[in-house]
Amino acid sequence: MVVLQRLHLAAPVAELVDATDLKSVGRKAVPVRFRPGAPQLCMSPLVVNNLTVYRGERAILSGISFELRAGRALVVTGPNGAGKTTLLRTLCGLVEPEDGQLCWHSELLSFRDPQYHADLAYLGHEAPLKMDLTGRENLRGLVGLRRIVDQRDIEAGLGEMQARSFADRAVRTLSAGQRRRIAFAALSLMGATLWVLDEPVTNLDRAGEALVQTMLSRHLASGGMLLAATHQPLGLDPSLCDSLILGPVKV
Amino acid sequence: MSMGTAAGSWQAARIVLQREWLLAVRRPAQVLQPLAFFAVVTAMFPLGYTPELAKLRAIAPGVLWVGALLASLLALEHLFREDASDGTLEQYVLSGQSLTWLLLAKTIAHWLLTGLPLTLMAPWLGVALGVPLTAAIGVMGALALGTWTLSLLGSIGAGLTLGVRRGGVLLSLLTLPLAVPVLVFGARATELAIVGDSPTGALYLLGSLAVLGLTLAPLAAAAAVRIGLE
Repeated sequence: MVVLQRLHLAAPVAELVDATDLKSVGRKAVPVRFRPGAPQLCMSPLVVNNLTVYRGERAILSGISFELRAGRALVVTGPNGAGKTTLLRTLCGLVEPEDGQLCWHSELLSFRDPQYHADLAYLGHEAPLKMDLTGRENLRGLVGLRRIVDQRDIEAGLGEMQARSFADRAVRTLSAGQRRRIAFAALSLMGATLWVLDEPVTNLDRAGEALVQTMLSRHLASGGMLLAATHQPLGLDPSLCDSLILGPVKV
Repeated sequence: MSMGTAAGSWQAARIVLQREWLLAVRRPAQVLQPLAFFAVVTAMFPLGYTPELAKLRAIAPGVLWVGALLASLLALEHLFREDASDGTLEQYVLSGQSLTWLLLAKTIAHWLLTGLPLTLMAPWLGVALGVPLTAAIGVMGALALGTWTLSLLGSIGAGLTLGVRRGGVLLSLLTLPLAVPVLVFGARATELAIVGDSPTGALYLLGSLAVLGLTLAPLAAAAAVRIGLE
């Protein structure tokens, strides 16, 4: 288990990458040079180094480094306002970091690289659904941007979250938990390897939580990766989970 | 569960267009309001100014263009706002598709649902202003190009005002000055069509503005949306 947090690094990931390479972050693959002594670290598909985010003058995140191996989950915890959501949104390229490098499958990429985005799926606090469309229509739109799916796939995704019975109602008429189920059905169909989830089990009932737990376990078992910010336990096998605890930023 | 192949750009654009169409069908009021606004505003002029067709004909180009401009501004406010609040735009950004391309698809859908109907309505509303139906082709050509450019310009403004609460007025203040060339050439083309001259020259200029908008506006809109989502 590797837990790296706020510069308390046994072997700083910063040393993995030659500093001259960091300026040329872009689509082109930049060879990552390993320092002797820490070669095994960058074997992970996802390595994030020294992530720092400011809002105005205030540092929200400072010097966050971690890595994530295939088939494992990183659970981000911390008090309200510790920057969990900001961390996830920055990792998805939705917030521009002040500093920080992303190494995705041994390539130095920008957090906004489409190639990285195609492998990543994000679910925020709110299910990204259109209120006036039905669950099925929403699913078709969300998943269709990424993959060509047919009716069978959609039914299978809905079935996995036991959402078929309400999938033809306008989302406006669904409860928050039912919306979450539709969103998870979409997530399972997107075919992404890295799932970034913000409070994934909020609003779900017991049965829904169990379904999500099964889905997440299956994702990890198939070599997927999970990054989740949560207050509630996800019920995953603890040996598959690393934890990243965010605290107040020291100035 | 079998996973399909990755979606191409055309498939993604088709998904966006289909979605916008479905939403418009479910919420017709949002599409009809700007059209009704356009009809009511132009119908006010014969009542408020003079019923004499000769006098109305002289101001008809300005009335039609300002009416169409304001009507499409009304619709522009909704261009990205709901997509931003329900998380759809974030999913666009993270889809692995080009955001520029998806926003262009969205802007095309917006034009098909507001600019095009406004264009088709204009000759009929023009009749109330003394515009002969023989000028219909010129009027519609000018408005088609003009509203298209307005939709593109508006996509930049709508992106920039995403983070602003009640950004409607700000959106107008940002977009209207940029729309001045469209207004000038558009009104000129309409005027020429009304008096029976050839509006080709002004239409070419409108066309060049439309092409310029098509090449630059989606890039700017994508950059603006990324900032707006932060």
